[in-house]
Amino acid sequence: MTARNKELGYLVAVSGLTAVGFASVYIARRALVSWGSLGYAAFFVALYLAAHLIARRTVPNADPYLLPMAGFLTAIGLTEIYRLGPDNAFKQGLWIVVGLALFAAALIGLRRDYRVLESYKYLFGIGAIALLFLPRLPGFGTTVNGARLWVHVGGLQFQPGELAKISFVVFLAAYLREKREVLAQGRLKDFGPLLLIWGATMLVLVATNDMGSGLLYFGIFIAMLYIATGRVSYVAAGIGLFAVGGYFAAREVSHIQERVTVWLHPWTTHKVFCPLTGTYALRQDCQSYQIVKSLYSIANGGWLGSGLGKGTFTTTSGTPLIPYVNTDFIYSALAQELGLIGASALLLVFMLFVARGMKTALQVDDGFSKLLAAGLTFGFAVQTFIIVGGVLRIIPLTGITLPFVSYGGSSIVANFLVLAGLLLVSNRANSQI
Amino acid sequence: MNRQISRVALFTLVMLAALVVATTYWQTWASGGLAARQDNEIQRVAQFEIKRGLILAADGHTVLASNVRRKRGGQNLYFRTYPAHGLASQTVGYSTQSRSRAGIEREENSYLTASNKSLSTIFHTLGDRLRGATITGNNLVLTLRPGAQRIAQNALAGKCGAAVALNPKTGAVYVMASAPTYDPNLIEKPKGYAKIQQTHAPCSPAAPLLNRATQGLYPPGSTFKTVTAAAALDDGVFTPQSTFNDPGYCTEYGKQVKNALDQSGGAEAFGHVNFVDSYVHSINAVFCMIGQKLGAQRVLDESKKFGFYSTPPLETPTDARSPSGLYNGTNLFNPRNANNQVDPGRLAFGQERMLVTPLQMALVAAAIANGGKVPTPRLVKEVRAPGGGVIAKLHPRTWKQATKPATAATIRDMMVQVVQRGTGTAAQIPGVTVAGKTGTAELSANSKNYDAWFIFFAPAENPVVAGAVLVESQPNGFGGAVAAPIARQIMQAILPPASNSKSGTNGH
Repeated sequence: MTARNKELGYLVAVSGLTAVGFASVYIARRALVSWGSLGYAAFFVALYLAAHLIARRTVPNADPYLLPMAGFLTAIGLTEIYRLGPDNAFKQGLWIVVGLALFAAALIGLRRDYRVLESYKYLFGIGAIALLFLPRLPGFGTTVNGARLWVHVGGLQFQPGELAKISFVVFLAAYLREKREVLAQGRLKDFGPLLLIWGATMLVLVATNDMGSGLLYFGIFIAMLYIATGRVSYVAAGIGLFAVGGYFAAREVSHIQERVTVWLHPWTTHKVFCPLTGTYALRQDCQSYQIVKSLYSIANGGWLGSGLGKGTFTTTSGTPLIPYVNTDFIYSALAQELGLIGASALLLVFMLFVARGMKTALQVDDGFSKLLAAGLTFGFAVQTFIIVGGVLRIIPLTGITLPFVSYGGSSIVANFLVLAGLLLVSNRANSQI
Repeated sequence: MNRQISRVALFTLVMLAALVVATTYWQTWASGGLAARQDNEIQRVAQFEIKRGLILAADGHTVLASNVRRKRGGQNLYFRTYPAHGLASQTVGYSTQSRSRAGIEREENSYLTASNKSLSTIFHTLGDRLRGATITGNNLVLTLRPGAQRIAQNALAGKCGAAVALNPKTGAVYVMASAPTYDPNLIEKPKGYAKIQQTHAPCSPAAPLLNRATQGLYPPGSTFKTVTAAAALDDGVFTPQSTFNDPGYCTEYGKQVKNALDQSGGAEAFGHVNFVDSYVHSINAVFCMIGQKLGAQRVLDESKKFGFYSTPPLETPTDARSPSGLYNGTNLFNPRNANNQVDPGRLAFGQERMLVTPLQMALVAAAIANGGKVPTPRLVKEVRAPGGGVIAKLHPRTWKQATKPATAATIRDMMVQVVQRGTGTAAQIPGVTVAGKTGTAELSANSKNYDAWFIFFAPAENPVVAGAVLVESQPNGFGGAVAAPIARQIMQAILPPASNSKSGTNGH
């Protein structure tokens, strides 16, 4: 069986699951939603069949698992977003169309040889900084949830940071492929452009108060540097610097200090100062409100969960219990409705996606492709870890989207581009044999 | 580069695996603790998506608790309403947003929310879940008789006290009243809970939420002589014909313990009396001597056979039921060597540090009525599925064997005489042989206020009802005058009309 036929088979299975998911939301919330909900499943199946046909024409030898797994994650996300608010699901559906269009454009445009990107490496490097800087421009950006990450174009909100991540990976892959031998020797002057662009991105991220992305870019940088040079000492030095920086930031920067306190001690038994209201309150009713409600939601899922559509996300008077439930906290919603079994299955799909991406990096034979595939995959994995780990209180909580699952146009579009990149590299790897 | 990529791949997979571990931790180990936290609203909200079962009185149509449906955020939520407005409030309890749950609403929550483990319920609930239908709880039919319950509550209105009446054979509780009472519908109203707590009553604190029938602890006074008599007769140390000389007092540790003041106000002295008469006239001095002869340990051991020092079983929360026994302050006191630590004379007539619940005294009466066997008290007659099928039924059980059948028969006759010619004549019902025992418990040495008691059963030949009535802190309130008439009303409400109307044929 050819790779594409396999892919089609898996997509059929994912379509079946999607239909079951929407049907169960429909059954559970019949009072609120109409049969139209099943239209989403059909719409979704059509979109992924289109993606499959494009892949069949452009990347015939690519890995057959990546597209169905991305489809599975998108479907779960869309189902849960639909369950939480049907209006948002409609918007998300539109963004999936946009993402798919860019996915198609990337596959078609780069199907002969995506390695042309290598020659534009500084464009990508500077592009990453520019994209990150965009929300800072007056009259252009808006502040959401304490961080200035969004730009307004017409009626649309867009988070350019998601695309900057891909630019950053392309830059690093190209630059490191070219300079890896000299970098491995450890002469400081060879690091110049690298540190310049990396430093600039970190600066922008600190300035925009976007700690989650800061951690993500840092992780991608260290991992790709290590893959290129094989020098463990760089990793150690990087982590050492990060630890020192993090320690001082946690002590001196009140915003970060608060996050760490909330992470370590979300519950208090006596009232502490609450900067939101200026009064004294239990911390779980103030600063750590989000994480605590999210943990309650996860814990309520138990082994089997309440079932799609049957979770509890509002109080008896109808006010939402969990803030940002369809973006940052979508995992808490899914964990409550799908339970440990469902949440673990979801995480396993993420792990399999990462495993396939890394396998692609191992199989392909040129340095740029290896670095590109490994960088994109690593970014995908670290982003998953940052948000789910934050929600699960493994690390301090920082707002970032869960790839393919969270509500948000920029995230969907960016992840479709990641998928396109991995399919292109994988197609090349499998065509060589 | 492949070596590095493999290592990075391994690292990322371990990182993601950590997420599975953490999820497992929160959803299994930590979930119980998080669910119990006060600020966790999810648990509280989720319970209102379930249509709780109805709570019905024994007649099957008096509704004690039902639901009102409200649409919130497009979702159906069910909130409790109590159409009987305060009938058996402390026993039925409440299930609210603001104060969680109490009473049967709490103890039988799994039946009421259809989360019990009975096969048919699991099957039904699963069906509801799959269809997306509202989960409907099982209905409870209680043993409480609404008519008798209302009569007991009306009789206790304006007082502080409690009344318990049950079937001495099956343990089915017909009446469980506690005064002052409250309207559970108030709890969800603004400031309603505060209003309940400010209830006016002739006792302090008024504590209307307290189920005095199962939780209130009171000195039993002379009703306890029933236990002492059982100890005396069971071993054959005394017989009904044993005679005593009553000088009007009994000497304890060199001091005189006087008989209770009689209804005219003076300490009575009966002179030569037998065992039966000292019970019928409730002579403290004689029981003081009996206690001294038996020893405190023997009397306490006998009380344990009636259920003292155990928490009586019942379908209300454990913390709403108190064990009876000697108390040091608020702690149950189970002396290792009672004969050295407890005053046997005062214990024998229900003083010392003896504290009892009205339920326990009702069980003492029930044991005498039931040939010496203490029945297991039960409040739930039937659990019915929403469709009507019966899931569980009351099965009469014996909780404890208190006395030999012969001893119970002897005491029964003595209790009949208490009502016929002794301190409990106010409990007489024409046409019915009523058995009873009065109690008038001193609250402190100088107080003229007494806790008035009456324990009872009827008809004596084939008892269908046994119980206890307690009225707190009555000025010069003797059990026979204050509690016995209430007991009579309760018995009349429960006894079948035939035995009530046979007046004159074999009455006295």
